[in-house]
Amino acid sequence: MTWEIVIGLEVHTQLSTNSKIFCGASTAFGAEPNTQADAVSIALPGVLPVLNKGAVERAIRFGLAVGAHIAPRSVFARKNYFYPDLPKGYQISQFDLPVVGNGQLVIHVPASGKAETYEKTVRITRAHLEEDAGKSLHEDFHGMTGIDLNRAGTPLLEIVSEPDMRSADEAVAYAKALHTLVQWIGICDGNMQEGSFRCDVNVSVRHPGAPLGTRREIKNLNSFKFMQQAIDYEVQWQIDTLVNGGAIHQATVLFNPDTGETRSMRSKEEAHDYRYFPDPDLLPLEISEEWKEQIRATLPELPQAKQARYVNELGLSAYDASMLTASRAMADFFETALATVPKDAKLCANWIMGEVNAQLNRDGLDMTQCPISAQQLGGILQRIADNTISNSGAKEVFRTMWAEGGEADAIIEAKGLKQVSDSGAIEALVDEIIAANADKVAEYRSGKDKLFGFFVGLAMKASKGKANPAQLNDILKRKLNG
Amino acid sequence: MFNSSLRQLGAALRAKKISSVELTQLYLDRIAQLNPQLNTFITVNPEMSLAQARAADERLANGDASDLAGIPIAQKDIFCAKGWLTTCGSKMLHNFVSPYDAHVIARFNDAGAVNLGKTNMDEFAMGSSNETSHYGAVNNPWDQTRVPGGSSGGSAAAVAARLCAAATGTDTGGSIRQPAALCGISGLKPTYGVVSRYGMIAFASSLDQAGPMARSAEDLALLLNVMAGFDERDSTSLQREKEDYARDLNKPLNGLRIGLPKEFFAEGLSCDVAQAVEAAIAEYRKLGATVVEISLPNSKLSVPVYYVLAPAEASSNLSRFDGVRYGYRAPEYGDLADMYEKSRAQGFGAEVKRRIMIGAYVLSHGYYDAYYLQAQKIRRLIAQDFTEAFRQCDVIMGPTSPSTAFKLGEKGDDPVQMYLSDIYTIAVNLAGLPGMSIPCGFGANNMPVGLQIIGNYFGEARMLNAAHQYQLATDWHSRAPQVL
Repeated sequence: MTWEIVIGLEVHTQLSTNSKIFCGASTAFGAEPNTQADAVSIALPGVLPVLNKGAVERAIRFGLAVGAHIAPRSVFARKNYFYPDLPKGYQISQFDLPVVGNGQLVIHVPASGKAETYEKTVRITRAHLEEDAGKSLHEDFHGMTGIDLNRAGTPLLEIVSEPDMRSADEAVAYAKALHTLVQWIGICDGNMQEGSFRCDVNVSVRHPGAPLGTRREIKNLNSFKFMQQAIDYEVQWQIDTLVNGGAIHQATVLFNPDTGETRSMRSKEEAHDYRYFPDPDLLPLEISEEWKEQIRATLPELPQAKQARYVNELGLSAYDASMLTASRAMADFFETALATVPKDAKLCANWIMGEVNAQLNRDGLDMTQCPISAQQLGGILQRIADNTISNSGAKEVFRTMWAEGGEADAIIEAKGLKQVSDSGAIEALVDEIIAANADKVAEYRSGKDKLFGFFVGLAMKASKGKANPAQLNDILKRKLNG
Repeated sequence: MFNSSLRQLGAALRAKKISSVELTQLYLDRIAQLNPQLNTFITVNPEMSLAQARAADERLANGDASDLAGIPIAQKDIFCAKGWLTTCGSKMLHNFVSPYDAHVIARFNDAGAVNLGKTNMDEFAMGSSNETSHYGAVNNPWDQTRVPGGSSGGSAAAVAARLCAAATGTDTGGSIRQPAALCGISGLKPTYGVVSRYGMIAFASSLDQAGPMARSAEDLALLLNVMAGFDERDSTSLQREKEDYARDLNKPLNGLRIGLPKEFFAEGLSCDVAQAVEAAIAEYRKLGATVVEISLPNSKLSVPVYYVLAPAEASSNLSRFDGVRYGYRAPEYGDLADMYEKSRAQGFGAEVKRRIMIGAYVLSHGYYDAYYLQAQKIRRLIAQDFTEAFRQCDVIMGPTSPSTAFKLGEKGDDPVQMYLSDIYTIAVNLAGLPGMSIPCGFGANNMPVGLQIIGNYFGEARMLNAAHQYQLATDWHSRAPQVL
């Protein structure tokens, strides 16, 4: 009996505005508790919300980036429930008329074998604006609860997908693609430790072709690793439950990273009636065609378009293209470096995905913190392309540059890494070797082809590694065969 | 001095015939003398009032010519005022000292007016008799066994008893006009969005509107000039050119077309009120107005529609009073849910709880469409009735309240009877139109009767013109109760 896994995601992205969605208080992370809680944030009697235009602009950017419908008129609604860190007793959100509807995101899912991906389109049902709640702090208050309302009113865009994903890998690939996209278009800082990107994952299982199974929602996952673990555990738990004759009940569950397990926190029976209704303090949100087009004009080239261009115009593989567009910083780095060697896209791509990435990983840095610039790398690539240095020489230049800085040409000069491309000099060198090793030459000529490497080694050694390898090969081959 | 108009007081202050400190002290003394029997003020703070008066005297000495500079105004206790206890008539906020000023308060402060104190009101503005106040009922200065109306009953009674030069009120379903009528004063509810709601504790956000309460239409115009204006902190505040609401006061009424809704003169209207209102209409004819009968066919649904929508919004607006951050918290409780339940059960009065329960019910899953959505649809029909009517007339007139002031306790056990006392005023809030009440005579037991004037959107200046011309021709508005 086979099982099909069905997954949909609800992602809360914190929008990168300086002030909150309905008031002027700061959204900066990490301030002393309640120092960023103004009269509106703490919901004093009589205060009113005023919509932050920057939050709407970011929602529109997102909608345009996923090819979605931007509602010309959407409505803020109140979601009513009591909780100490929800100061008004309701959250201002959007309910039946969200600002963004019906988009899609193309993702590249790693196939089981490495360096292979398959493409998949995930439909985005909607994205709506809402305010975040504050935080309840249960430690350090001697049995009491502390309330920090700095985060209350921080703008969120909740992005809801269709249940289109069929594995944990697909769910993680979608979350990563979304994570890349929101940073790419500059609407979210993507900082998952600080809660800027939080995922709720709806998971169900069924036999292929059967109606959708009952779902359970894993709340508030803030790392891709936890997401993978949580889904794996949850899927196995659901299958085991069903196989053992049990039934799945709709529920909200939490993932415990320490045990690797999910556990139910709320069943459907305990679900709230949120008594949604349009917020009478806010007018309907109207978005003009002009505003939408103004925002569209400021959108950068999106990852998917770049990938297509890299494949079609630069001749890169789909895998390379998706790696190089893993972040906007990565793509920018690639394109800047490529400008120095426009005809050698593959060389450029290999160096970035190979040497540069490896060094970044080793040093625990991300692309924005890379100690060498794309122009500096371009200096090396140019010298590889024009045969000034060998590949091994280039690696040495790169290592030096990484550690000490400097320009490629200066390092090549200082280290004497310039290849010998003078064919006369190489011929003289080869002649000497042939003369000094007459027995081996005879063996080679009688059919022992493997000795070719032996001669290459000798010649390289004699040139102190500087001979242009291709040229050396040609000359050696000609002389040995001649 | 207590019978002077705002213009007269302003002139006296500017002419240094009296200082603001002296004037404020006169009122404070009168409050000290009369408030124990009338209970119109919840909070009086002579120190703060006199400090403002001293600052106003300095402004006046420096030649400040603002209409209201130095004039003591009573503020309904629904407006947050920095440093003032702001209770909204509720035990829930018995200890809430506001750290900020409502827009209305800030406008009066900027104009140099003196905050004379915070007036009593129905709890969270929910009531038509001022009997739901946690701080006790207000007694009508015309007959202290009767109610002053509500919810702005403290303001209305204070103006009538000459305990302040003028006052503010708020009107969600008639809370300025009905007490104005029952206390024999003038009160105006502006077009929704003309006065910012920022800092005015919300009852039903889509209906709430602040307005002035005073002894004459001319005073109302001066007060509205200060209160009105765009405020970016209220998204429903309207961005309009500044206007002088006193500009048309002296225009003759020739050609004014008055619409009389036949539904307002039908069953349920007391004879004494009907007679006074009809006499007022006759006076308007004499002043050159013409009268046309109109119909507001859906207005009969306004009370049920209102008692779905207003509680719905209130149930959500009052959720912030949870005992967590400010206000009343039960002294003893178990867990979090118990803290909420006890704090709210003890902090809110019966009428507030009734409306929260109605509101939660009509918004709940499975009932929303049948109640809330249906009520919204009828609300649009009610507004359309007015749009139709204003094709035939410039202002609409009728009774403000179906009867004069009733006895304290008379309707306490019957909420529906109480709700019906706003039958002529509620439709105006549902439509977002401006409405006012001015005194037009006395009914049975010599209690005041109010004439309601309803204007088209932004028709305040026209309404004030109509009211002022009537007040030039009659003296009902200058009659004062014998309170001593």
